[in-house]
Amino acid sequence: MEIRLTLPLSEEAALSLRSGDRVLLTGIVYTARDEAHERLMKLEDWPFEPQDAAIYYTGPCPAPPGAVIGPVGPTTSARMDAYTPAVLAKGVRCLIGKGQRSDSVKAALIEHHAVYLAATGGAGALLSKRVKAARVLAFPELGAEAVYELLVEDLPCTVINDCHGGDLYQEGQREYAKP
Amino acid sequence: MPLRELSCDTIRAAVAQLCIEANRKLPPDVYAALEKAKSEEDSALCREILGDLIENADIARREGIPICQDTGLAVFFVELGQDVHISGGDFRKAFDEGVAQGYTEGYLRKSSLDSPFLRRVNRGDNSPAIVYTDIVPGDALKITVCPKGGGSENMSALGMLTPAQGREGVKRFIVDAVKKAGANPCPPIIVGCAVGGTAEQCMLLAKKALLRSVGEPNPDEEVAALERELLEEINALGIGTQGFGGSRTALGVHMLTHPVHLASLSVAVNLQCHAARHQTVIL
Repeated sequence: MEIRLTLPLSEEAALSLRSGDRVLLTGIVYTARDEAHERLMKLEDWPFEPQDAAIYYTGPCPAPPGAVIGPVGPTTSARMDAYTPAVLAKGVRCLIGKGQRSDSVKAALIEHHAVYLAATGGAGALLSKRVKAARVLAFPELGAEAVYELLVEDLPCTVINDCHGGDLYQEGQREYAKP
Repeated sequence: MPLRELSCDTIRAAVAQLCIEANRKLPPDVYAALEKAKSEEDSALCREILGDLIENADIARREGIPICQDTGLAVFFVELGQDVHISGGDFRKAFDEGVAQGYTEGYLRKSSLDSPFLRRVNRGDNSPAIVYTDIVPGDALKITVCPKGGGSENMSALGMLTPAQGREGVKRFIVDAVKKAGANPCPPIIVGCAVGGTAEQCMLLAKKALLRSVGEPNPDEEVAALERELLEEINALGIGTQGFGGSRTALGVHMLTHPVHLASLSVAVNLQCHAARHQTVIL
């Protein structure tokens, strides 16, 4: 059973989530990959309000004529690990990507009451159908790597790391590993 | 025997079309492997995600959009018949131009950067093409494209083992590479691997192994037995679809072997995400 969540994500909503929960996100998400993180870190004022915001690690395909956006699935989150504790300290509440995070990211999620979700890697076509509006917010010269503001409706994600130390990658693998 | 003329224009157009098709249409063998994994998977969550992946492939094919936003660097395996004469331009350039055309006209993402660390500026056309050409008998030109995403490619591994480490050492190396990769290469994966050859040859063979139809065994029974053992051990890791925990981590293990130096036991791993895209054309 999916849990419907509205963005920006409240602290209360983040605290209620547990690793393994399936969620549907509705509201605004901001995209940022490696280079956008590098640039955001150098800015005093971000192009969006970080408090309670959701950041999606993705670099979409160009939108064909008539479409809102091209395929828009997650990229490997670990590449953003070096920046993430500072991002969470700014108040960002929700991170969306794929793949395992570092111990320092997991500790920062607990400290700041934030969550890390996985969108389905390689399902970019399907995920693009859940994006209702898209515009470039910052660093347009980066193309696919620019910061986009996306209005999503029922974007399906899975909670990987909750704010209580839960980790679906570890728990799931333990459950199904055969000796 | 007279030479057959083939123009660079023909090659360029074929390359452009291949790039677009490959990114939109999941090959039938991969699609069937996803359906099989869904029917065999123990985890309800993984079954649900596998259903999403099948739906994703359906949407991409139906609407003519890419399966995944990472439309990759364009890697080509080419067999050039020795009785073909390439006319009207530069063979290598025809591939670069075909890639630029295909990635632009097909609204595919351009992921190729100018230089690896000093100026990481997007080249804007996904060139250069990565082309491996074998000269073969005949008068045909066979081109296979396999767009390769960064997430799975980043999990590649090369090991120059000692011969004493033997078959068990090879197995350990491959299983460890998959374990270490975890959720990153977008499982369920296809495990391309190679044993033997020089270092660079071994890596290339591991990628070439991915061209085989999913789950089709190596014709050599000894190698096929190793593939089966590896598949079982990899699925026993419990990584599952997307790393969420499940019984189907790999759709197949494809191994190629090659004669090797008496001092060496080279082993290479090239992981392929479930969006295992490839298309072939024969001109």
